[in-house]
Amino acid sequence: MALQPPIAGLSSPEALAEALRSALYLADDGIATAAFLALALGKPLLLEGAPGVGKTEAAKALAGILGRQLIRLQCFEGIDASAALYEWNYPRQMLAIRQAREGESVDIYRDDFLIERPMLAALRRPDSTVLLIDEIDRSDHEFEAFLLEFLSDFSISIPERGTLRAADRPVVVLTSNRTRDLHEALRRRCVYHYIPYPEPAREAAIIMLRASAVAEGTARAVVHAVGLLRQEPLTKPPGVAEAVDWAEAATALARTGAPWPEAFRRSIGTALKDEEDLALMRPRMDAFIRAVAA
Amino acid sequence: MTTPPALPRLPAATRPLVAFAGLLRANGFAVAPEQTVAFLAAVDLLGPRSIDHVRRAAAATLAPPLERRETFDALFDAHFLGAAGEPGEDEEFQPDDEIKVEEEGAHQEILIGEEIHETGREATAAEALAVRRLTPPDEGETLRRFARDLPDALPRRRGYRRRSARRGPGFDLAASLKAAIRNDGEVMALKRWRRNTRVRPVLLLIDVSGSMKQRTDANLAFAHALVHGTPRVEVFTFGTRLTRLTTVLKRRNRARALALAADLVADWDGGTRIGDALQAFLAVPRFAGYARGAVVLVLSDGLERGDPRAMIQAVGRLAARAHRIDWLSPLAADGAYRPETEGLAAIRPLLASLTNGGSTAAVCRHVLSLGRERAA
Repeated sequence: MALQPPIAGLSSPEALAEALRSALYLADDGIATAAFLALALGKPLLLEGAPGVGKTEAAKALAGILGRQLIRLQCFEGIDASAALYEWNYPRQMLAIRQAREGESVDIYRDDFLIERPMLAALRRPDSTVLLIDEIDRSDHEFEAFLLEFLSDFSISIPERGTLRAADRPVVVLTSNRTRDLHEALRRRCVYHYIPYPEPAREAAIIMLRASAVAEGTARAVVHAVGLLRQEPLTKPPGVAEAVDWAEAATALARTGAPWPEAFRRSIGTALKDEEDLALMRPRMDAFIRAVAA
Repeated sequence: MTTPPALPRLPAATRPLVAFAGLLRANGFAVAPEQTVAFLAAVDLLGPRSIDHVRRAAAATLAPPLERRETFDALFDAHFLGAAGEPGEDEEFQPDDEIKVEEEGAHQEILIGEEIHETGREATAAEALAVRRLTPPDEGETLRRFARDLPDALPRRRGYRRRSARRGPGFDLAASLKAAIRNDGEVMALKRWRRNTRVRPVLLLIDVSGSMKQRTDANLAFAHALVHGTPRVEVFTFGTRLTRLTTVLKRRNRARALALAADLVADWDGGTRIGDALQAFLAVPRFAGYARGAVVLVLSDGLERGDPRAMIQAVGRLAARAHRIDWLSPLAADGAYRPETEGLAAIRPLLASLTNGGSTAAVCRHVLSLGRERAA
């Protein structure tokens, strides 16, 4: 297996974790190792985990430390090649044909008629981009099968132009919320990592790092609270992003003079974003807030 | 645990690593050769300075499914650390996801010795076995016809993909251009596109409690036919627990699939806690996602032993997600049946239909008619 030349200064998972930290992303050993291996082996990185544990953030941070542009492809059901790969600019092609004089031939498959979509863009500039294929579980099986060709040899074929191959292996990050099982063939081609909810100490550190002016006590209280919330049968358990928002919101309210329990209570909408979840917690809200703010 | 196959000659240092891939394969993990190669390269890249590096390299490159991560770790320990703990023998057929709704010792017993089928017309299980075995009742022909007709009979919804059509809301520029090129750039007719339709997903929830005992076998045979008749379907059983059966029912051989299903479900013929089971179902975001826009079929008599409020609330949440909910109850086989229990009466307005689930033929007929109903 061809190994990629070591990327500047990132010669071990620890070095990568350190670099990610400078991009405001606290990586644990597991994700640092997986990301390092993906870079070194030239394979796509597949990140799975509950919504809001920082899968997309990881890709952004990775692009940041590599100094590359992040190209994001948001998946949805029914996504197809013309949204992911390329499309011809039909109106312009048509105009070009109409404007051509008698007997003159026009090449309507020139580059300037080609509208590039995220995957083609990443393929053409592999050393200055990071391709993020976000929420792959939202796409349908047809698209997943279509991805296989791209991910295994990083080439795509445009019928009118022939096969396009990447000069280098592009850095590709895939994320999935596990709303459905991904195909084995897809997992096989990737370096895989499941991101769990971070342990309390790390989550508190993440909150302090991401939120601008949150005191350590507040961060700890919020981490304690979301930890309790995640054990409830909620429709949407709060992720790390919600924890950061909640800490920041409560701090902002406290600064306007609201006492702490009140600040937590009034800003709970940043952590629980579902009426049913709020209804579930409402009877116990007082005790809950008191336990958190204590 | 099965022993891995014999190995060809390899550099001594890599042998345990390659052997580990073999061991995983022997235990039912799908490991491709390229993954083994990536594993070796990954271990080399990481040093490895400790056994943890090897473990992380293995987890990242061999990508064990999350549900089997524990087995994976146990095999890893056994292989590299020589730990005594071996993974459970029945690991292979562990449920994907099992949620304990309620621990109730009294309801957990497995039926031993006797199986009486009073309405033996559909379901006949002549053998008295030590543990519950699901015998596919003699309804092969009905189910075969059902699976054949199913693809055209389910409700459809508008998809996002387009196809060329004579009439439609927009112009198909790609097809028009192609046609124009054939005519030296002269546009003779503008082609149009319209949206494709897609079959809606199906979510089948089967009540396996004591009161549904006579229908359980036939219902699971029906589930098997359904899984093989439509591409997007999820099957769960509930009684005092919730068990996902989709994976085992994917096997073609019905007898084998039903035998595996029988081993999986732990709460045969126990009590019914429909509300708690549905709450547990909805509490897992991944499962709740299966209901979105889906045709939800509930095979249950709706006799709730728990708090009816939990059931009313859960069905309300389910109805908010689903395209429609069809409740098929064996009690409704009688035309004069009116839901009188508090729970069922309260959820009746949420259901697209509450109809006869008393025989496989009736269930099949109803499901095949779903696509024809324009309303609801």
